[in-house]
Amino acid sequence: MNHTIGTIQEDSLRPLRSWGRGTLIWIAILLAAGTWGFYAYYYQLRHGLASTALRDYVSWGLYISTFVFLIGLSHSGTLVSGILRITKQDWRMPITRTAELMTFVSLLFGGIMPIIDLGRPDHIFNLILFGRVQSPLMWDVICIFTYFVGSTMFLYLPMIPDMALCRDRLKETSSSVRRWMYRKLALGWTGTKTQWRYLERSMTIMTIIIIPIAVSVHTVIGYIFAMTLRGGWNSTVFGPYFVAGALYSGSATVVLGMYVFRKIYHLEKYMTLKHFDLMGRIVLALTLIYAYFNLNEYWVPAYKMAIHERHLLTDLFSGEYAKVFWILQFGTVLLPIIIMSFPKGRRPNILAATAVVVVFGAWLKRYIIVVPTLLHPFVPIQDVPADWATYFPSWVEFSVVTGAIAGILLVLTLYSKLFPIMSVWEVEEGAEVEETKKLAAEMRSKRAATEAVQTNVY
Amino acid sequence: MKKENDQSNRRDFLKFGLTAGGALAVGAVLMDGILSMDDNPETGEKTILFDRKGHVFEVDPTHLLECKTPPVSNAEARKGIEGKKFVMVIDLAKCDGCKLCTEACTTMHFNEPDREWIKVFKMKDAKTTQPYWFPKPCFQCDNPLCTKVCPVNATFKREDGIVLIDSERCIGCRSCMAACPYSTRHFNWGHPKETPEMASLPYSPEQGFPRRVGTVEKCDFCPHMIRQGKMPACVMGCPMDAIYFGDQNEDAVTCHSGETLQLSQLLEDRAGYRYMEELGTEPRVYYLPPTNRKFPKPGDEGSTEGTGSTSSMSGMEM
Ligand code: SF4
Repeated sequence: MNHTIGTIQEDSLRPLRSWGRGTLIWIAILLAAGTWGFYAYYYQLRHGLASTALRDYVSWGLYISTFVFLIGLSHSGTLVSGILRITKQDWRMPITRTAELMTFVSLLFGGIMPIIDLGRPDHIFNLILFGRVQSPLMWDVICIFTYFVGSTMFLYLPMIPDMALCRDRLKETSSSVRRWMYRKLALGWTGTKTQWRYLERSMTIMTIIIIPIAVSVHTVIGYIFAMTLRGGWNSTVFGPYFVAGALYSGSATVVLGMYVFRKIYHLEKYMTLKHFDLMGRIVLALTLIYAYFNLNEYWVPAYKMAIHERHLLTDLFSGEYAKVFWILQFGTVLLPIIIMSFPKGRRPNILAATAVVVVFGAWLKRYIIVVPTLLHPFVPIQDVPADWATYFPSWVEFSVVTGAIAGILLVLTLYSKLFPIMSVWEVEEGAEVEETKKLAAEMRSKRAATEAVQTNVY
Repeated sequence: MKKENDQSNRRDFLKFGLTAGGALAVGAVLMDGILSMDDNPETGEKTILFDRKGHVFEVDPTHLLECKTPPVSNAEARKGIEGKKFVMVIDLAKCDGCKLCTEACTTMHFNEPDREWIKVFKMKDAKTTQPYWFPKPCFQCDNPLCTKVCPVNATFKREDGIVLIDSERCIGCRSCMAACPYSTRHFNWGHPKETPEMASLPYSPEQGFPRRVGTVEKCDFCPHMIRQGKMPACVMGCPMDAIYFGDQNEDAVTCHSGETLQLSQLLEDRAGYRYMEELGTEPRVYYLPPTNRKFPKPGDEGSTEGTGSTSSMSGMEM
């Protein structure tokens, strides 16, 4: 762990210096997928939502579940960056940028999912003209927008010194547009004492503000469902349950981001086994909390089996959705808990694989929260066309969602090729702290040794 | 016979809309001095018109512009009919499941077959209890969750108790569909199939068409009929006199054949109840239990079952 400040800067700036052939191919693939998603959305606009598999009973489907899922992922940034900042966990330094970036992108694309889901996107300005604050959907609009602005600032603020670094160090290798961009984004940063003081202070303020906003966001997303009377949604635990689910999937996303960036940009020196071990512990703790909420959410109504919940629960426990339900509970909650409980399970490869399972499980879980409830209304489904009583997303829905995922990956890729993926100055700070600590430890052991010698003498 | 009735009702209604609209429009036309100036040969007949100040005009009909304005303004449609509180009472003992109410409704509102604004369900509450027919319109709840969750006030509760939808404002988020515990709302997933004639009718939330793609719709107690002093389509369509409609303030409800009963007395005598009272939505539709039925119940020999492909009595069954 002997990295001097010079190499930290070099290691962080290296990916920015050139774009390999692989990167370009990767970007082309993402662009193709994104274009396909755009085409599917255009098709949906032309033919109406009839081109989706949504019908009168299942009126929310893949789009809304993906929305809840992506907004959940966005809790990664707040968690790692915000909470660890507040608790002064110095090891967070190399991974904060990744976490904040994940928040930013997943919010960006999560936020457009409900707009894609609208029947009349052309009427969307009615939200401003006639908006009602009494509507849970309006709470979502307000909270997500606030969170988006907040987390953009949260991502940007610690980038300022790094932008100055890029401005000064990437003069030869970057085009004039990029130089201009770095110059603008650096906001004239020169690293004076006053500038540092302002930066530190605004970071502290943002950290304190962003945590409650993040909690509010996922609470009100839970409220969209909880503010109805439907079996399976009509639950007082939905607010915290959704927050727990968000943290569970969000922390796993950070692990994934760390793993990928570390591999591609050779950051093994910075994102060490220790980081994976500690993140693994965090994911483990959050998975346990999430498991506890699952228990509450299903065991309490399952014990009573009230009539309107009975149909839904039977369907989940032993009916059409049973396979998915139990795979989710055992495969994506219980199994990760067991794996991450062992130190070996928190090593990079295994932990990343576990994180994939967790993230995918969180997505499927959203789907299982949204769809089966809609298939079990109070008034029985009778005399309807056969495809109304089931739901499986259409090619349009799959394509649009694929396009959105490609968009997320594209933004991540571009970001990592344009900006340092580690917060350089923070890593430097961390390194300094480490150095001092090491020095202090050495001094201590030396003193202890001398003392021991002295004791021996007497 | 009944069918004809509905048809003529509808025609009457259309005529009403057009003439009323026409009369209003003519006033405006005269004030602004805009008359049709095309060179159609005059018919020689004269239409007599008045303006607001009482001036009398005689105009040849060829010079009149047909100006389509909705029968009521958006503000009026949002306010409702003053002094009224509409209620419906459905007598399950009389319903024989013939679905003629649905048919009358579908005809009047030009509904596609996939959306029955009033739908007749085959219900069975428990294994040991008897099945019954259950016509379900929108309950026009007094504590409606659908209007609470709407982010833009596109669906709203009126003073007269009716819950309407303004599809010109609806953004199509379907929060209201998720919120309605009775699955009453339908969505225009695709482009509505409408004749150009229908599509050119002036829109008012009170009549719900022309429909718009990507917006919700549902049973609305036919406010455009009520304004003309007529009954909703389903009431007029029910040959069994099973559906009563009226004004709670007057404490009176009337059925198809014209029998008018005192609402409170009826609910007392027949133990009237509301569907799923425990949800607290406070529906404006009351049911009278299916006691002493004189016709076959669902599943019996000779019941009307079989006209449609009724699926199993899922949901309520245990
Ligand atoms: S679908 Fe339309 S009416 Fe229903 S809640 Fe959304 S905006 Fe309101």
